[in-house]
Amino acid sequence: MRQLRALGAFAYDFVVGDDWRMALGVVVTLALVALGAHHGFAAWWLAPLGVAVTLGTSLLRAARAHSRATDAAD
Amino acid sequence: MSNGALALLAATFLAAGVEAVEALTIVLAVGLTRGWRSALIGVAAAFAVLVVVVAALGPAVTAIPLSVLRLVVGALLLIFGLQWLRKAVLRGAGLKALHDETAIFAREAAAARETPPLDGSFDGYAFTVAFKGVFLEGLEVVFIVLTFGANQGNVRLAALGALAAVVIVVVVGVAARAPLARVPENTLKLVVGVLLTSYGMFWGVEGAGAHWPGGDVALLGLVAGTAVAVLAATAVLRRWATSATSAVAR
Repeated sequence: MRQLRALGAFAYDFVVGDDWRMALGVVVTLALVALGAHHGFAAWWLAPLGVAVTLGTSLLRAARAHSRATDAAD
Repeated sequence: MSNGALALLAATFLAAGVEAVEALTIVLAVGLTRGWRSALIGVAAAFAVLVVVVAALGPAVTAIPLSVLRLVVGALLLIFGLQWLRKAVLRGAGLKALHDETAIFAREAAAARETPPLDGSFDGYAFTVAFKGVFLEGLEVVFIVLTFGANQGNVRLAALGALAAVVIVVVVGVAARAPLARVPENTLKLVVGVLLTSYGMFWGVEGAGAHWPGGDVALLGLVAGTAVAVLAATAVLRRWATSATSAVAR
């Protein structure tokens, strides 16, 4: 059981990485593209937009966390 | 050679190069401090497990219908690509410490020296550290090779790109007997991140049932657009970090 849990934790860390919200952002973006395409819309533009928002917000969160850590150290 | 094949070769070569440099640092640190026999057995065992993973997953991946493959692989490449880009941008902006091979080598070597030697000829510590180093760094390369290669219909070329990078890194590392600290890892990470993210977007959208205007030509736009966006993000964050540091100093 412990080994199974360790394997699960490894798989999560391997695929999802440092920020789980980025993985969620990718899934939501592609789901929206699929939904748009299913309804006949030209949904390709949602991908660059979703990626930009996902990466941008993740970078912003990391920058704010860095700033808070620096402030706390001072 | 087509543009797609070149991009495939470049992505797997660079990704494997970056990971091989990181694995080499760990293996060198443990091999030089505790002896080579067990460390090299660890390296060989890790390679054997990676070969088993490729042999097991390779045929399975190529058997998946193309639209499903493109959607799943697109999503995975996007997630991997964004992780690489996030790290590269934060390091480029000075918000995360650069990957310092010399420091990592010193840390690993110190840990290896502090761990007491075990009785017998087989050194379990050296084996485990070398195995973990090579396996964990290699696994990501295996996934990139399999997913990228399967989608382009050329796993062999993808594997060749990765293998060439590993051979070059090992030859240079063995000749130098020191970590390859001068390899511009962050720049390589950024380039790989741009390629993985661009291809991830391209295939993800196609797999989801939508189509890119201009077909395959859209890929060039995606690569260029992603590169410009991450370079701009790095510059903005670097300026923000500098101004925040000067404000704290005042």
